Amino acid sequence: MANRMITLEVFRYSPEGDDEATFQDYLVPYHEHWVVLDALNWIKDHADGTLSFRWSCRMGVCGSCGMMVNGEPKLTCAVFLKDYYPSPIRVEPLINFPVERDLVISMDDFLAKLQAVKPWLIREEEEPPADEYLQTPSQLAQYQQFSMCINCMLCYAACPEIEGIPDFLGPAAIALAHRYNLDSRDQGQSQRQEVLGGEEAVWGCTFVGECTAVCPKNVDPAGAIQQAKVASTKDWYRHVLLPWGKR
Amino acid sequence: MRGPLRRPFPRDWFVRNGAYRRFMIRELTSIFVGGYIVFLLVWLHQLGQGPQQYHALVETMRHPLAVMLHVLALLAALYHSITWFNLTPIVMPLRIGEDRLPNAVVAIAMGYLPWVAVSGAILWGVLR
Ligand code: SF4
Ligand code: FES
Repeated sequence: MANRMITLEVFRYSPEGDDEATFQDYLVPYHEHWVVLDALNWIKDHADGTLSFRWSCRMGVCGSCGMMVNGEPKLTCAVFLKDYYPSPIRVEPLINFPVERDLVISMDDFLAKLQAVKPWLIREEEEPPADEYLQTPSQLAQYQQFSMCINCMLCYAACPEIEGIPDFLGPAAIALAHRYNLDSRDQGQSQRQEVLGGEEAVWGCTFVGECTAVCPKNVDPAGAIQQAKVASTKDWYRHVLLPWGKR
Repeated sequence: MRGPLRRPFPRDWFVRNGAYRRFMIRELTSIFVGGYIVFLLVWLHQLGQGPQQYHALVETMRHPLAVMLHVLALLAALYHSITWFNLTPIVMPLRIGEDRLPNAVVAIAMGYLPWVAVSGAILWGVLR
């Protein structure tokens, strides 16, 4: 069989130059078992060593290879060339993030958002217990789905709200906050409520739902946000009706 | 050195894929739902003005344009309600122990059943 080829139209941007961002075409050998990331690595090794992109595990675990593939946010290690062949494939950096270079985006804002929700077990008393905190399987089931996130940021690239509300906490960070609020070992809900309850957090979401559709780990961040809205509303009523009560 | 490049979210995002379009339609149907409530309130007010206004209003409502608007409002309200009923299990998942109740069960129990019950009660009140 003759060597089959496929074209990748790759987004290029250099922070040093004056040129606009451009698309550069690369002709790449086509293999049925290759994913888009394999093609990018082939370009890097054989055609153009200056192309920059992030990747690590090649198995949908590290969350670093997210890019726009034909306009959709995807893990490039999980999309096959064969699903596009023989049409060309357009590869761009994740939308809604500043581009550092080529396909590499800046994650600083995202990491700050993750940190803002205090994603760790908060306990009221200082002393850690002598042994572990016990948890039943049904207590685990409450939050397990929301703990599967790999921080790939695809959900942010699917969210139309971020354009209008740049400081929007966003799907993964809210899902993470909700995950800890649902954890039977955690007592930090009131501490997270401040960041979680505002227009730039749960109430910024209009439930478009595309974050859930693109999530490769079935986290359902859209569901987490709506459930956090319900929790936030309950919290508000509790606060208004029982102002003397414990928050 | 220019530093990082900002790229805006496409302005035409809501026509870019089926899910975005369905979301937009769901949002737009709320205009019909809200508009119809305003219309009902105005009508109720007119009703209180006496039998003459009432008959005049009934006449107006027979106009094909009025009928068409009613059909449109009904379709919009149905689309709006059904899409939201189907989203209920995502907003308020119910669990029994480790297992999450199937979405269909939650949608029926929390959306469709109360809907049928309330509609039935209203119908009974009107036809009785
Ligand atoms: S919620 Fe899903 S799409 Fe969003 S960062 Fe986590 S794994 Fe990625
Ligand atoms: S390379 Fe790790 S998720 Fe794709």
